[in-house]
Amino acid sequence: MAAGPHRAIAAVFNIERPKLIASLTRIARDVGVAEELAQDALVTALEDWPENGVPEKPGAWLMLTAKRKAFDLHRRKQMAAQKYNELGRDMREEESSTPDLDTALDDDIGDDLLRLIFTACHPVLSQEARVALTLRLLGGLTTDEIARGFIVPEPTIAQRIVRAKKTLAESKVPYEVPHGEELSERLATVLEVIYLIFNEGYAATSGERWMRPELCNEALRLGRVLAELAKDEPEVHGLVALVEIQMSRFAARVDANGDPVLLLDQNRARWDRLLIRRGLEALTRGYQACERLNRLPGPYILQAELAACHARANKAEDTDWAKIAGIYGALGVISPSPVLELNRAVALGMLMGPQAGLDIVDALAKDPALKNYYLLPAVRGDLLSKLDRKDEARKEFERAAAITQNEKERAVMLRRARTSS
Amino acid sequence: MRFMVIVKATQDSEAGVMPSEELLVAMGKFNEELVKAGVMLEGNGLQPSSKGARIVFDGKKRSVVDGPFAETKELIAGYWLLQVKSLEEAIEWMKRCPNPHNDGGELEIRPLYELEDFAPGEGIRIHEKLQNEMKGKK
Repeated sequence: MAAGPHRAIAAVFNIERPKLIASLTRIARDVGVAEELAQDALVTALEDWPENGVPEKPGAWLMLTAKRKAFDLHRRKQMAAQKYNELGRDMREEESSTPDLDTALDDDIGDDLLRLIFTACHPVLSQEARVALTLRLLGGLTTDEIARGFIVPEPTIAQRIVRAKKTLAESKVPYEVPHGEELSERLATVLEVIYLIFNEGYAATSGERWMRPELCNEALRLGRVLAELAKDEPEVHGLVALVEIQMSRFAARVDANGDPVLLLDQNRARWDRLLIRRGLEALTRGYQACERLNRLPGPYILQAELAACHARANKAEDTDWAKIAGIYGALGVISPSPVLELNRAVALGMLMGPQAGLDIVDALAKDPALKNYYLLPAVRGDLLSKLDRKDEARKEFERAAAITQNEKERAVMLRRARTSS
Repeated sequence: MRFMVIVKATQDSEAGVMPSEELLVAMGKFNEELVKAGVMLEGNGLQPSSKGARIVFDGKKRSVVDGPFAETKELIAGYWLLQVKSLEEAIEWMKRCPNPHNDGGELEIRPLYELEDFAPGEGIRIHEKLQNEMKGKK
């Protein structure tokens, strides 16, 4: 074996772990217990496999071993309680059909995974807890890796996960995929968690910038898995399209000094063509799902379409600004926001000239919501400098530099202020 | 990490012998598993080298050589691009792959160069600093 039996077993376990936890949670009705049972199965494998060789179906072996442990645990509890309880009903059904290696991996494993995703992202949990628990149960990141991703101490993450599992148990959250009206609301929560994970890796909000590709890749993988589990849901494909296309620019978005490069200045040869193609394909699947359900495109599909407008342009000057302005308008209809309006101003400025953009930006300047939003003076400065109003532009860039919390962004703004005089 | 899994050519693949129906079904199921796990980025089979060509460089000179090419074992018949956490994971996935040929087959697993491999400068320094700070907090 190339990498020693223990590393090979760890790799098998990484592959199988989410499936194990998903199935075991259905039996044990507790994600914490399920996680421990899965871990026990790993320990058994670490003892057994080096001795007897890796089984032909390692995933099924782990599942069977873990299920036997679940039955043992249940029996012990039963003997203590001397009676059957409601929680044990599913287990007895499982038990009556003796599991073997061929049936240990159930066909409905996908349903269990979907249940697990919805449980980890349940609204009884705080947003932070949803993110940490999703990464831990479904992402296969260790608490240490999660902590590094979010730049918080490891014990903080560990505690967050413990508390989240306790909350789920105490709130008796049912292990199910929500139906009907509830589904779209709950799905939005799941998508939000995945997008948060992606963004945390893609752009730090303050301090020195360090892109954390592991988080981005985890978010991508979770999205891709979800898109297979919930093929009918347009917004799932929208989210996947959005993150695939954004990720395609990962290498091009900073220069050799680690400074951010604006989208229009990026070297498009460094955009990852495979990710762009995958993103565009996901977007197509999203539109097809919309058509099947006779639904209008939601915010993730619209945002993915924005990203796609840039991805489709081989040169910055080929960008379809009319379409982009229209999409910002459509997004503004779904949830009006001055930030969207600012973006629309940028697109219109590109389409019809800087004065057209400036007219909208000036109208936005009084909006209290944008008072501390550094991109407002940054955009205004850019439009003014295109109109050759250098002095006014410099003041705007200086104002933007004073507002932003991000050192790299501040550096860019100060540089533009220096060159605008 | 991304890996390219290279399917080595065989006499059959070079002769253009199509895979059996049974193999096509098994391969389809395997690919589906990879996609469901979110690890498969893409995968394709290649036609025999007799349908291809080579460009041979000699200084500034370029000459075109038409296939087929002799050294069958050095040729490739297909590939996957996988995204997984480690070489071990890629190995464990590909051990589950059905034998890609009707006769003897071989897969080669090679990591792609990633951004990290090229950027030893500022970024890594910041990352290391953060890591040390976090260790200090424990």
